[in-house]
Amino acid sequence: MKTLFQLFWAFFKIGAFTFGSGYAMIPMIEKEVVDRRKWFDRDDFYDQFALASAAPGPFSLNTAVFVGYKLKGWWGALFAVMGAVIPSFFIILLIAIYLSDFRGNRYVEAAFKGIRPAVIALIAVPFINMLKKLPWYLMILSVAVALVICYLGVSPIWFILAGAVIGIVQSLYAKK
Amino acid sequence: MIYLQLFLSYLKIGFFGFGGGYAMLSLIQNEMVVRHGWMTETELADIVAVSQMTPGPIAINCATYVGYTVTGNAWGSLLTTLAVSLPSLSIMVLITIFYHKLKNSRTMQGAMQWMKPMICGMIGAAALMFLNGETFIDWKSYIIFVICFAATWFKVDSILMICLSAIAGILLYI
Repeated sequence: MKTLFQLFWAFFKIGAFTFGSGYAMIPMIEKEVVDRRKWFDRDDFYDQFALASAAPGPFSLNTAVFVGYKLKGWWGALFAVMGAVIPSFFIILLIAIYLSDFRGNRYVEAAFKGIRPAVIALIAVPFINMLKKLPWYLMILSVAVALVICYLGVSPIWFILAGAVIGIVQSLYAKK
Repeated sequence: MIYLQLFLSYLKIGFFGFGGGYAMLSLIQNEMVVRHGWMTETELADIVAVSQMTPGPIAINCATYVGYTVTGNAWGSLLTTLAVSLPSLSIMVLITIFYHKLKNSRTMQGAMQWMKPMICGMIGAAALMFLNGETFIDWKSYIIFVICFAATWFKVDSILMICLSAIAGILLYI
């Protein structure tokens, strides 16, 4: 019971005090889970981490699951996930309720006019950084995928499935 | 039954949400804007901005906010947040159990190798979809974009950048 509460609290803190993408949380999670609580040794933690980033779903929750599961099985995973989710849930809910009253306020509207181009920059930079690391034929593929999803409205699900199938077939074929 | 539809939609987003919050954005756009028309691209862009500035993982923040925007109440938020947590509580649990088998699995590495360009394309699609007349209203928008792009490129803190662009917005558009 004590460990369950510790798990909940550890991920509650991570959910309440870190900003941005799941990747931005790595240092904080590492500090809490490896250095402070000594639940994992560092190499093990990084190995599991690689799998968490390859799995679907929010990266932070996948991390909560592997840490929680190792310590306390399914209940551990559940408590860690709840800890990570609860701060977001209440903070965002408050903002959503409050901000919906301010829609139409000219200061809020003007602020968002400034923010919107910034958001695009925030997404465009990781896209270009990721693109740069690919070989040229995959670069072309990525750009084509982006254009088809955006301008033809095709669901990204098909591309994820196609990527998985091609990769699996290729790796099976390569083994022989 | 909008609640059921919303839950199923977000479940899809969660289970195909490979590659983190930004890649998930193109799935959210496809489901919420293109397929169901529950919100506009601009509303989603605002949700992303707020999700970035508030504590907590972007993917969870977005889910909670999208749920509220679609239904107008906390139950919608609860459903989308639950839906986005379920892949972790199922698939990631399985991955943890079979960790030793998967760690050096060539099949999984092979799959990831071809999923990576797809994930990259999804992030690109998210950026492209926001590039429209509602986000780029005039030449001032382009200037903000160029400055923010350079700032992000040189790793300026994103929360600081959003705050500054909000101030710029108030000064330029009031």
